[in-house]
Amino acid sequence: MNVRRFDALIVGGGGAGLRAALQLARSDYKVAVVSKVFPTRSHTVSAQGGITAALGNVDDDRWEWHFYDTVKGGDWLGDQDAIEFMCREAPSAVYELEHMGLPFSRLDNGRIYQRPFGGQSKNFGGEQATRTCAAADRTGHALLHTLYQQNLAARTQFFDEYFALDLVRDAEGYCLGVTALSIETGEPLLIEARATLLATGGGGRAFGNSSNALINTGDGLGMVLRAGLPLQDMEFWQFHPTGIAGVGCLITEGVRGEGGYLLNKQGERFMDRYAPHARDLAGRDVVARAIAIEIAEGRGCGPRGDYIDLKLDHLGEAAIAAKLPGIRDLSIRFAGVDPAHAPIPVAPTAHYMMGGIPTNLHGQVVAPARFGPEEPVPGLYAVGECACVSVHGANRLGGNSLLDLVVFGRAAGRHMLDYLRDNPYPRSMPDDAADASAARLARWERPGSERVAAISDDLRRTMQAHCSVFRTDVSLRQGLAQLDALEARLAHAGLRDTSRVFNTARIEALELDNLVGVARATLVSAIHRTESRGAHTREDFPERDDERWLRHTLYARAEDQVDTKPVRLKPLTVESVKPKARVY
Amino acid sequence: MKFRLYRYNPESGVQPRMQDVELDIDPAGRMLLDALIAIKAQDETLSLRRSCREGVCGSDAVNVNGRNCLACITPLSTLKEPVEVRPLPGLPVIRDLVVDMEPFYRQYRSIRPWLVNDEPEPEVERLQSPADRALLDGAYECILCACCTTSCPSFWWHPDTFVGPAGLLQAYRFIADSRDEATAARLDNLEDPYRLYRCRGIMNCVDACPKGLNPTEAIGRIKALLVKRRV
Repeated sequence: MNVRRFDALIVGGGGAGLRAALQLARSDYKVAVVSKVFPTRSHTVSAQGGITAALGNVDDDRWEWHFYDTVKGGDWLGDQDAIEFMCREAPSAVYELEHMGLPFSRLDNGRIYQRPFGGQSKNFGGEQATRTCAAADRTGHALLHTLYQQNLAARTQFFDEYFALDLVRDAEGYCLGVTALSIETGEPLLIEARATLLATGGGGRAFGNSSNALINTGDGLGMVLRAGLPLQDMEFWQFHPTGIAGVGCLITEGVRGEGGYLLNKQGERFMDRYAPHARDLAGRDVVARAIAIEIAEGRGCGPRGDYIDLKLDHLGEAAIAAKLPGIRDLSIRFAGVDPAHAPIPVAPTAHYMMGGIPTNLHGQVVAPARFGPEEPVPGLYAVGECACVSVHGANRLGGNSLLDLVVFGRAAGRHMLDYLRDNPYPRSMPDDAADASAARLARWERPGSERVAAISDDLRRTMQAHCSVFRTDVSLRQGLAQLDALEARLAHAGLRDTSRVFNTARIEALELDNLVGVARATLVSAIHRTESRGAHTREDFPERDDERWLRHTLYARAEDQVDTKPVRLKPLTVESVKPKARVY
Repeated sequence: MKFRLYRYNPESGVQPRMQDVELDIDPAGRMLLDALIAIKAQDETLSLRRSCREGVCGSDAVNVNGRNCLACITPLSTLKEPVEVRPLPGLPVIRDLVVDMEPFYRQYRSIRPWLVNDEPEPEVERLQSPADRALLDGAYECILCACCTTSCPSFWWHPDTFVGPAGLLQAYRFIADSRDEATAARLDNLEDPYRLYRCRGIMNCVDACPKGLNPTEAIGRIKALLVKRRV
């Protein structure tokens, strides 16, 4: 196997990976970014509404209020030290993006435009706040391109269209790099690095109805599971309330932030019943459940009653063109509706993975070890949607995802610089470093009767049917039994095409390995958690149970083992927000 | 529906060919990418790039019935059968619908696509009026799909020396940005018979852009700025 050597390696070219890479590229260290797509094709590009930071450009605001909202939004499962860190750092992280050239929309006084988003309040639960910074409704696109441009300026080395296979670790557990596959040539490659950061994004393609890009297959999570490390809080998946019905493409919460609202078939603003105070801008889990109930109880719109109307024509064509041009375009293309004249048909769509690879607030991957539940894995970092730091707890607030990428991307980059300074010499590479990856590649050379595409489709159907907005023990266990059967089929799957050059069938097979790991972690963790909290709604356990479950779930692949660890309720400097009933 | 797909696998030793494919698919509400994915599910040897499937990542640009477009936002119902799908013209084909984008990316990098401002950074954001910010509309939205550049005859003839519409539109994006201080250097970089002036105003780029952007107009503005600084 060919070998390349760097000081630091970033796996993933989305917002988190590129922000961390930039930190390293501006130093004297050699840094490489491995991405399975050209970086600007990463899923960050699809983020619409904005990035949340208490700049106070439109209205009074303080980062402490953002902190409170995020704790409450996450139904108290978020670690309050990490949340304080994120909300404190938020303004500087946004200003920094602006200095890099991000084309934010502007207020008349020239400052960054901000819009209201769900779950935002002033004064610890008071009036609606206006906190989400936006570049029209293309904030993710603007952010990703800006970070890519800055990395070009900093001469980061890119391995575009390389698919990362496995982590390489030595006997003491140090991460020494990854194995990867050139998609263009089909050649495997060992990339050595003293510090490796996973920024591989989410796994939302485990669900049939998803807002996620087709590339979101949980690759970093699969790598971590195969390395014998745990995943945290994998039962928590955000179903975004407003995906285009039947398609899944996202319609930003910014639509409701700008004054749009939801109607059932009777023309009723039904959110008044579910969240009398915040109405359409309640937490996403609250709104998604409300829509699911309206549809289930026969108040959905359309001939099959399977969607809800999102009305925004009253905002006027000019405001829609200025503030929401992208969603107007999406709606016309995918729903055949111009939102300036008629409501958009929407339904909940799988959107964001709150769980992931457990890390501390420096982005270091942590795992239970001799000295406690949160020992750093030396040389291994994770940031962004693939990581669980955990700032989003049981339900992420809109606008906090882009923020998570840049705040923790920067923090991880900084910590990696310290780590490289303290660990100046590469450790010796074990002889069998690439064996596991070679075996995986060889496995897909063998013929088999089952087809990857069919198994992937069935996996998505299973997760959609058994692990969606509402869950029960019976349904989850049925889902797990179906997953067992799918894995048995996967063992007999083979590729008809084993050519080398740009063989995307092979990549899809390797992605399926990862997606199965994501699905299993999700189902097993969801069965284990016998309470309802945030986005995890158990019909058989409808209440939140802080006594037993104010804890993080840790799932390990060996025998589907589930463990827990406490939530960090103590912030860095401010008062802890004590758990209480979560109402909007 | 009937499709004709460009097929080429460099390992097979077989010359590129067009393959007729019949697919049982209801075109209503479906996009070309849905059809290509369904065809791949039947025959996994077909290679293509795709990611966001909603027209914002720029992965799945292809040439369909002679026009460049993004497969994921091209409704099947608008396409005449047999639907002929080819890789983007003017770039080397790696396999099937996958082209080598490097000549395109190299031209993008050549315009130094990043904001340059060496003034000390303020503690908060740099101010920009809504009117100044509006100058970036129509330029910053580019998704680097290459539909425009690979529809441009000037780029076909001069891929090494002509920046092409996408790269020039991005050059304009930074020239137009009130926060950028490198306008003179950016204009110097483009004042060249090939890099900028190979644009002959053919306007295929405007026709091809799936985001409705107008590179020709931006190129005209760059030319006007060059004229202005001469007189």
